[in-house]
This record gives sequence, structure tokens and C-alpha cells, in this order.
Amino acid sequence: MDLLQTNGIEKQFLGVKALKGVDFSVKSGEIHALMGENGAGKSTLIKIITGVYPASAGTVYFNGKECKFRSPLDAERAGISTVYQEVNLLPDLSVAENICIGREPRTKLGFISKKQRKVQARKALARLDIDINVSENLSSYSIAIQQLVAIARALDVDCKLLILDEPTSSLDENEVKELFKVMKKLREEGMAIIFITHFLDQVYEVSDRITILRDGQLVGSYDAKDLPRIEMVAKMIGKTPDEINQMQAGIVKNSNFGDVVYEAKGIGRSGTISPVDVSVRAGEQLGLAGLLGSGRSEIAQIIFGVDPHDSGTMTMCGKSVNFNSPQKAVKAKVALIAEDRKVTGIIPDLTIRENIILALQASKGMWKTMTLKQQEEMAEKYIKLLRIKTPSGEQLIKHLSGGNQQKVLIARWLATTPKLLILDEPTRGIDVGAKAEIEALTQQLCGEGMAVIFISSELEEVVRDCDRVIVLRDRKKVGEVAGEDISLKNVMKLIAG
Amino acid sequence: MNKTSNKFRHLVWPLVSLALLLLFNAIFTDNFFKIEIKKQESAKPAVQTVVPDNLPAAAGEAAAQAEAAVQEVPEQAQTSAKDSKGVSIFGYYLYGTPIDILNQGAKVMVLAIGMTLVIATGGIDISVGAVMAIAGAIAALLISLLDAGKCPGAGMGPEFYWIIPILAALVLATVAGFWNGMLVAGFGIQPMVATLVLMVAGRGVAQLITDGQIITFDNPGLVFLCNGHALFLPFSVWIVITMYVIAGLLTRKTALGLFIESVGNNERASRYAGIEARRIKWLTYVICGFCAGVAGLLAASNIKCADSNNAGLYLELDAILATVIGGTSMAGGRFFLSGSLVGAILIQTLTTTMYMKNVSPAIVQVPKAMVVIIVCLLQSPVFRAKVLSIFASKAAKGGVQ
Repeated sequence: MDLLQTNGIEKQFLGVKALKGVDFSVKSGEIHALMGENGAGKSTLIKIITGVYPASAGTVYFNGKECKFRSPLDAERAGISTVYQEVNLLPDLSVAENICIGREPRTKLGFISKKQRKVQARKALARLDIDINVSENLSSYSIAIQQLVAIARALDVDCKLLILDEPTSSLDENEVKELFKVMKKLREEGMAIIFITHFLDQVYEVSDRITILRDGQLVGSYDAKDLPRIEMVAKMIGKTPDEINQMQAGIVKNSNFGDVVYEAKGIGRSGTISPVDVSVRAGEQLGLAGLLGSGRSEIAQIIFGVDPHDSGTMTMCGKSVNFNSPQKAVKAKVALIAEDRKVTGIIPDLTIRENIILALQASKGMWKTMTLKQQEEMAEKYIKLLRIKTPSGEQLIKHLSGGNQQKVLIARWLATTPKLLILDEPTRGIDVGAKAEIEALTQQLCGEGMAVIFISSELEEVVRDCDRVIVLRDRKKVGEVAGEDISLKNVMKLIAG
Repeated sequence: MNKTSNKFRHLVWPLVSLALLLLFNAIFTDNFFKIEIKKQESAKPAVQTVVPDNLPAAAGEAAAQAEAAVQEVPEQAQTSAKDSKGVSIFGYYLYGTPIDILNQGAKVMVLAIGMTLVIATGGIDISVGAVMAIAGAIAALLISLLDAGKCPGAGMGPEFYWIIPILAALVLATVAGFWNGMLVAGFGIQPMVATLVLMVAGRGVAQLITDGQIITFDNPGLVFLCNGHALFLPFSVWIVITMYVIAGLLTRKTALGLFIESVGNNERASRYAGIEARRIKWLTYVICGFCAGVAGLLAASNIKCADSNNAGLYLELDAILATVIGGTSMAGGRFFLSGSLVGAILIQTLTTTMYMKNVSPAIVQVPKAMVVIIVCLLQSPVFRAKVLSIFASKAAKGGVQ
């Protein structure tokens, strides 16, 4: 029998079937990619395997025994470690504390041995070839390092099965390579790895086998070398390869630009971003490219008034403005879909309807209330328009999958009819189908005369969609390419310097 | 139909608990539900015994006893109600234990409004008891000055000038709430620490206002607040109803409720959505201060004096409890004003039941705590699931046999 085997797993949430009888198995010493669109049931399946949710029906066999884990800790003790998409560590504790939490080395008297803990943490990180100060707070490191710390923590226990849920979405190319090296090494040691990602290249680079889910059902398990990429995508989204080609060819850049919507001269903030000029015209899609920490998101934060700027001036539609709070930016019809959906986007315990109308209501102020009927109509409209997968607008947003949450946030900002829309990593952690939808949508919005600033760590996306690209390195603007000059090669050259 | 049942789901367990408590009283307490219609005997205030100024401590005790007496034995309350002041519009009013519970519970019911909103933003206000003392103190001081003719406005006469101390108390309490809001929302101090300042210092401020004395009063307007009747019910009940209606309209008919829930659930994301999160938080503390002012006036009116040491003592805890029992999470987010109202009534019913069952005041907190624990456990979905699974497994085993 394989190391992990599930038979007929079913899961129901409030009447919605998230999984419909999934059989899935993983062998020791293999890297197994679990693929599927948003809401296909990948995360749910993982959560059942690791004991976050109980299954509604079906059985899980691990290591030859039937298992019913009651909590992730329970699963961890049995040898299943998980690293989630969003880093689930404690930012205000040190790296060493984070790695050893719950299993601190003890002194003879039973107290925690701080010295041993540091040694243990360094050893765990050394396995991943990371050399950082383990006494520093976790929050003082980049998200990428935090992700690697999370993996180090997962490996620190006697682990037979490692589950990596979107581990690469915040890593740059070199870091991804490092991670893959580690994964291959672990495979040789006989560990089983379940790998969830939306990056198709990465799947083929490391995976031995691929299992595809769609709408909560198993499509099939395949050897990676026997499954051509286009066919995999076709199986994931349930369309034929021809149809996919048509979808991708459908993206047409808008070339009809109107007046300048937003213009900033020399805006900057010491220690965050050096003064930079930014301007966008109506119907234009401006890309901000650069590595993680190059200052891409910082520019977006300053434009939207989240962080104050200490130099430069800005104008909106020709009028001089000074956005020192998001409220002012929202009132001037600027919208920002920020990077970290969980922290700066969703209000988890509110309904989809409330999440959608929130920004519009905030810009109207407290007294001009929308009636419940107006709210429902608006929610209904955007659920249909953006094809948000939900039984109704009264569902809490936290019950949606990541991609659908992202669509709700897009709806929230479209509802305010913005003149300038800033998208910061809108496609992060989102599957191929939804990505194409979002790309097509931004093109359509540009066509309707909206100015768009698009930030993405996936250069292909930036190159494919943008009319002009500002390239940043080390918190400075290092160049700008436009029109025909936009190519992967040119942008990469500028980034590398 | 599903929608409606969701809307009232948070009310189920507090209401069940309240019903059980009332059932207990119906069986074990004589005449608990007996409600009489009384005729108002005198519209004129009786002369109050003046407490000597040089015996503040003894007076404090006397006042505390007076308050306890009102709660303790309804018969006594009845005589005191007859003795005093109450003015009734139709000359008739309802009298009985349930009415007494509503009258005595009015303070916590009012406090719970503000507390619910503050807790919904993820904060807490532990200063409301002290703010009640401040409100009572300023009202008593001003009315005594007016009675003595030492304050502008005395010319209006005692039938009208009571409005001055009431307004002053409300303004001062609102300023206290503004102070709390400034510390929490303006300077980013932890709500528990920020409001601790006023919790400790507030009683000192109240002592300062009254110069360390207990000031008694007998102005008909002030005394009417918690002792008078209107439209068959104690006037305090009408105050509670009015405030809940206003709070309900303010939060559900404007977007304030949505903004409060949004800020309490994810403050940073709310800011990114264009909500002025700090202003919203600030506003809830101001509202909470105003509610504490109303509650302080009720407390002073109840015992016809301002006792800076004992007015509203520990009532912040009852208000927090009422909010939690009502289904609002201490973590912030969704809030339920109706739930807090039921929670406050539940707490007062419990207190009154204890006194009627002659539980000694020294140990009354123990049975109260036990009931509170049970209600909180019933509210917890985790606990209910555990209990249900025990029953389910037992039933399953029984079925096999």
C-alpha cells in the first residue's frame, strides 16, 4: 500500500459539496503535484488529510493504518507536516522560537533551553542552506525567508509526508531553485511530498506524478512525463486545448489612450522608495516590474495614501491632490487591490454582499445608506459578472476559496467605479482559468477608459498585458519601456542591471 | 425563513436561559409574576431625611443599604415607592417583581448599548462604572447649588432647573468617552490600559467634584428618572426603550453598524477599503461615555444621592457580561444589541432571584457565577457539539444493543 491513500473522501460545507468521493494516493520518495482550479477542492482535501476538518465520508490511510486526525498537531505527530500558502507563523517571536514552538528543547530541570533552541533552529535552517540570525524577530525578514522558515519548521519533526501548499508564490527565481534542490534532496531521503502550485513550469520541473481535481472530483492521476502541459491545463479547466488557445489569443491590448488620469512627480518616502515619477493615462495599463522588495508595492501604497510620502506632488485628472489617507484616495476614485488578501483585503466574518459594498459605502459616508435591496442587486450583479462561485451573496467571505475571495475584492473596487485601478499581485495564488479571467477583465476595463497600474512578480503577465512598464531595482526606478520594446528580455535586462 | 432564523440565532440561548430562570421563579418563588395596578397617591415629593455632612462613611453605608433594600425585598420597595416622589401621568402604574427587575436592570441595559459597540470594534471600556460616579456627582453638586440658589438658572424654579444637572452630567460623561476614544483611537493605546486610567482616576474626579461628601437631593425632576412612572411603566424603562430604538436606528439604518463590524473584524482591511477606522472607534467610545452618563443619572436618582465610592461599582463587569451573553464576541466583529439587552435582563433577574431567595449578599456572587458559566457554555458551539456528540454516541450504542 502507498504511504498515503484516501478512499472516497467527501466533504460538505453548508450544503455545498466541496469534495465528491476523491481517491488519492502518494508513495514514499515521490513529489506529487496536486493540481486544480480555485475551488476544485485541493485545499479542502489537504485540510482533511491533516485533520483540520473531519471528512463527511470516506477514509484516510496513512502508513498502512486508517487514520482520523483530530487536529493538525495530531497529524504532525504521525508524520504529516504542512506548510500553508499564507505563512502561519508568529511574526513577533524570534526565528528560533518559531521553529521550535511546541517542541522546545528542555534543560535537565525542565526549563526551556534557549541555547539548545538556537542550535536546533540553526540545524533545521542549515538543511535548507539558509544562514540567518535566528535570534531576530521573524517579522524582520522578507516573506520569502519567512516561508523557508516555515518549511524548516515542518522538516524539524520526524516527517514522512511533507505538504507544500503554494510554497513558491512569494519566492523569487533563485529562492525557488533553492527550494527545489531541497525538495529533491528530501525525495532521495525517501520523503513523500505533496506539492500544490499554480506555476505550471514548476510542476514539470520537480514532480513525478500529477493528480488533477476539478469541481471537487478526481479527474485522474498521471505520471508527469506522460502528460503534456496543454492537456493538463485542459483537464484542470475542463476545456479542450483548442479552446484554451483561443482564450489566450483573446487578449488584445488597448491602444486608445485618453488624458492623463494620475500623475506624480518625484513622490518618495525616505527609507522606503526613492523619488519617482509615475503617470497613467485613461485606458492605459502601466506595469511596475521588479523583484520582491524592489519598491513595487511601496509605490502603490503611497499612491493610495496608506503610507504618507515625504517628497513630491501628485495630480489627479489635472487637479492637485494630496492623498495622505486611503479615504481621500477612494473619494478621488482611486482603487487599490492590495497584495496581502488576508490582511488588507477581506473582512472574514462579513458576507460577500457586505464585502462588495464596503468601499462604495465608505466613500458615500455613514449617512447615505444603500438599502438592502440595492446591496443585494449589486452583489448579485458582480457575482454573475465575475463568476464568483457561491450559493448566495449571504455566504461569509471566509468560506470562499482564495481566487473567489480575490474576485469579491475586485468587485468591491469596481463597484466604486474607479478612474485609477491599482492591482498589486492580483493573480497570486490563483489558478490558470481565473488568471486569464482577471487579465481579460483588466484589458476590458482599460478599453472602457480606466487607467490601470498592474504589479506582478510574474514578468510574463506584465509583458503580455502592459502598455508601458516601469522597472524598479533596490527601491529605485531603473528604467522604463513602452510599446514594442516591452519584451521579457528587455525587462529582465533592466531588473538585472 | 432561513434568513430570519439566522438573524435571531444569537438570541436563542440567552432567551432559553432567561426562560428557565423565570420558570424556576414561577415554581419556587411565591407571587413572582404577580403584577398589580397601583394608583399614585401623591404627586408631591416627600421630604428626605438629610444626612449629616460630617458622617460621610456612615452615610455611604446607609445609602448602600438603601439600595440593597430596594432590591432585596419588594415589600419594602413598595413602601419606598409610595413614600416618595413618583409622578405618574395617568395616575396608575404597574407594580411587581418583573417590573422591578426592569427598573433595577435599566442601568446595565443602558451601559450594555455602549459596551456592545465598543466591544464590536475589538475594544473594551472598563471605565463606565467610574464615569457613572462622575455623572452622578456633577448632577448632585449642581442640583444642590441650584437648590441653594448659588448657580445661574436657579430662577427657573425646582420644577424646571433639574434639566441643568442632567445636561451637565451627560456632557461630562460624553467628554470622558471622548477622552477614552482619544487614548485608544488617537494614540493607539491598548483599550484595556487606556480605559483603566479613567476607571481608577474617575472615582477620584467624582470625589473631587463632591468634595469627598455624599450629596443627597430630593429634586422631583431628578428623582423621577428612576422612581417615577409614565404610561404604566417605570420611567427608567422608557429611557431604556428609547435608547435601544435610537441605537438600533443609528447602527442599522445608517452604515455605522457595518463600519463598526468591519473595523472590529479586520481593522487594516477596513482602512484599505476607505473606512476611517480610527474615527469609528473613537465614536463608539463617545457613545459608550454618553450611555455611562445616563446610567450614572439613573443610579443617583435611584438612591437620591451621589455616592462617588459606590455608584456603578463593578457595573462595567455586568455590562461586559451582558454583551458577551448576548452573543457579541470579545474579539470584535458582529454585534447584537438585542442580545445585550436580553443579557442585561438575565443578569438582573438572576440578582433579584438571589435576593428574593434570601441568599446572603456575601455569597450571592457564587451562584450568579455558576449560572453565568452555564449560559456562556450554552453559547459556545464547541461545547454544544461536544455535549451533542456524547448524547449521539450513547444513542448509537443503545441502538446497537
